[in-house]
Amino acid sequence: MGKLIGWIDDRFPLTKLWNEHLAEYYAPKNFNFWYFFGSLALMVLVIQILSGIFLTMHYKPDAATAFASVEYIMRDVPYGWLIRYIHSTGATAFFIVVYLHMLRGLMYGSYKKPRELIWLFGMFIYLALMAEAFMGYLLPWGQMSYWGAQVIISLFSAIPVIGDDLTLWIRGDFVIGDATLNRFFALHVIAIPFVLVFLVIAHIMALHEVGSNNPDGVEIKKNKDANGIPLDGIPFHPYYTVKDIVGVVVFLFFFSTILFYFPDGGGYMLEHANFIASDPLKTPEHIAPVWYFTPFYAILRAVPDKLLGVGAMGAAIVLLFFMPWIDRCNVKSIRYRSVIYKANLVVFCISFVVLGWLAMQPVTEFITFLSRVFSFLYFAFFVVLFITSKNEKTLPVPDRVTS
Amino acid sequence: MSTDNVVDTGRRRFLVASTSVVGAIGAGFVAVPFISSWMPSERAKNAGAPVEVDISKLEEGRLLIVEWQSKPVWILRRSKKTLADLAKNDDRLRDPDSKNAAQQPPYAQNHYRSIKPEILVLVGICTHLGCSPTYRPDIAPADLGENWLGGFFCPCHSSRFDLAGRVFQGVPAPSNLVVPPYKYLSDNVIRIGDDKGAA
Repeated sequence: MGKLIGWIDDRFPLTKLWNEHLAEYYAPKNFNFWYFFGSLALMVLVIQILSGIFLTMHYKPDAATAFASVEYIMRDVPYGWLIRYIHSTGATAFFIVVYLHMLRGLMYGSYKKPRELIWLFGMFIYLALMAEAFMGYLLPWGQMSYWGAQVIISLFSAIPVIGDDLTLWIRGDFVIGDATLNRFFALHVIAIPFVLVFLVIAHIMALHEVGSNNPDGVEIKKNKDANGIPLDGIPFHPYYTVKDIVGVVVFLFFFSTILFYFPDGGGYMLEHANFIASDPLKTPEHIAPVWYFTPFYAILRAVPDKLLGVGAMGAAIVLLFFMPWIDRCNVKSIRYRSVIYKANLVVFCISFVVLGWLAMQPVTEFITFLSRVFSFLYFAFFVVLFITSKNEKTLPVPDRVTS
Repeated sequence: MSTDNVVDTGRRRFLVASTSVVGAIGAGFVAVPFISSWMPSERAKNAGAPVEVDISKLEEGRLLIVEWQSKPVWILRRSKKTLADLAKNDDRLRDPDSKNAAQQPPYAQNHYRSIKPEILVLVGICTHLGCSPTYRPDIAPADLGENWLGGFFCPCHSSRFDLAGRVFQGVPAPSNLVVPPYKYLSDNVIRIGDDKGAA
């Protein structure tokens, strides 16, 4: 065995890679449960790729046969229902895990110097993930697939001058049709997964270059022993690989519960209107995106102007990219930050969740009013943060991590 | 020509830069066919022939939906009262006089936005984000408010249009619903998608 590894190591940096990223990658010893979500996101990516590959073996990306081929997968393909439900539940799981992973970053200041690029790669992963989910949702070719895509593609028509030609180019036809479905299939199964995997690799490489942050926001590389190993660091393998397995088990418990008992997620994961084949002549009465897009959809709906609405929706995502520069406080972790920051972050999270709920409600004047209030609060987070973080009153940060 | 090992860095930088520029231009040209392949194919361009509709059986207040270029086209026979009510909405609309010429052919650029006042022909696609609005002829329903005189309501983002397809103020949709090109072949037959030789 040793000889074989030696033979490989002379030709490929196997041991070197193993040590750099696992056995001799020193992570802070004080990780809490919030640190499960990064490895869980990686696992969900693998689940999605595997289940997706098997779905493509039975699915037909053709407007005439797509809807029927999904029914065929559900009814006739052995365990087809299971593979499809794994894939659809996986999409929801992906966003839950990624949202919690991002919240962890906000809480512990993981986007701050020197980790700005990790955050940026992460935001691009999030963007790619949204594109991937959106294009995947068109494939079943149901009513929600069709009209959801109609709305999202039409967002681009708000762009002045080139908007209409751009939407025509994206659709490949004057309306959403076979051309759109076919290219979305190609993007969903080949192009964007490639981009995602590349970005994940970049995300992890950047992380392992600067080292992991931790709940105290203390740089463990400042205190090293005689061998140059951080005093507060422990090797990722076996310590965190084993710890992450616990996270995986808990995750799979929840995942399987949804998969086997609530596979349509009460209509929030697989919307009821999507069990009807697409009809270009009739929009469903209540159209709402799948839950993970709803906060941004609520912002879009709150603005009574086409260009401004689309602009606000885009800004809600783009602003997150600039977090490393909007937040000017030197202290990373929420543990040592001011009450203002804590309150600000809590209001932000509440706004995000409430906006998500609002977007699923039928429009009334009251709902529109609430959407405007919470859209305002969502954006206020960034403004308040930018103003207050420069001279924020923080608590003293310890030199070493606390246990 | 220098005989020693001195590198002419200026010359080297020029060569590297010019090679990069030429390469980038080449890559740009290679991208053209791939990007162009996303435009509508010849087959897509040829589809969407005009549609002929017989409206003799269309009753007052009823909406007929037909498909033209895969889009819903509405044909509505409006009552005298509906036509009279249209003016009441004028000061609450973005474009009451249909000044935006892109939204209708010239022959529909009038108060009723139609050739014959009572027959309304519209593309049933919201000018906001492309959903198909719902026909709501009821007067002052609870969910739309007491000023509602009948019209079209978009379920996606709650844009409102009156019974001439004119957009109200304060909704996300920027412009009136589109009137497609059409003409009357006879009193009761409309040809949608073709207005050659029309008045």
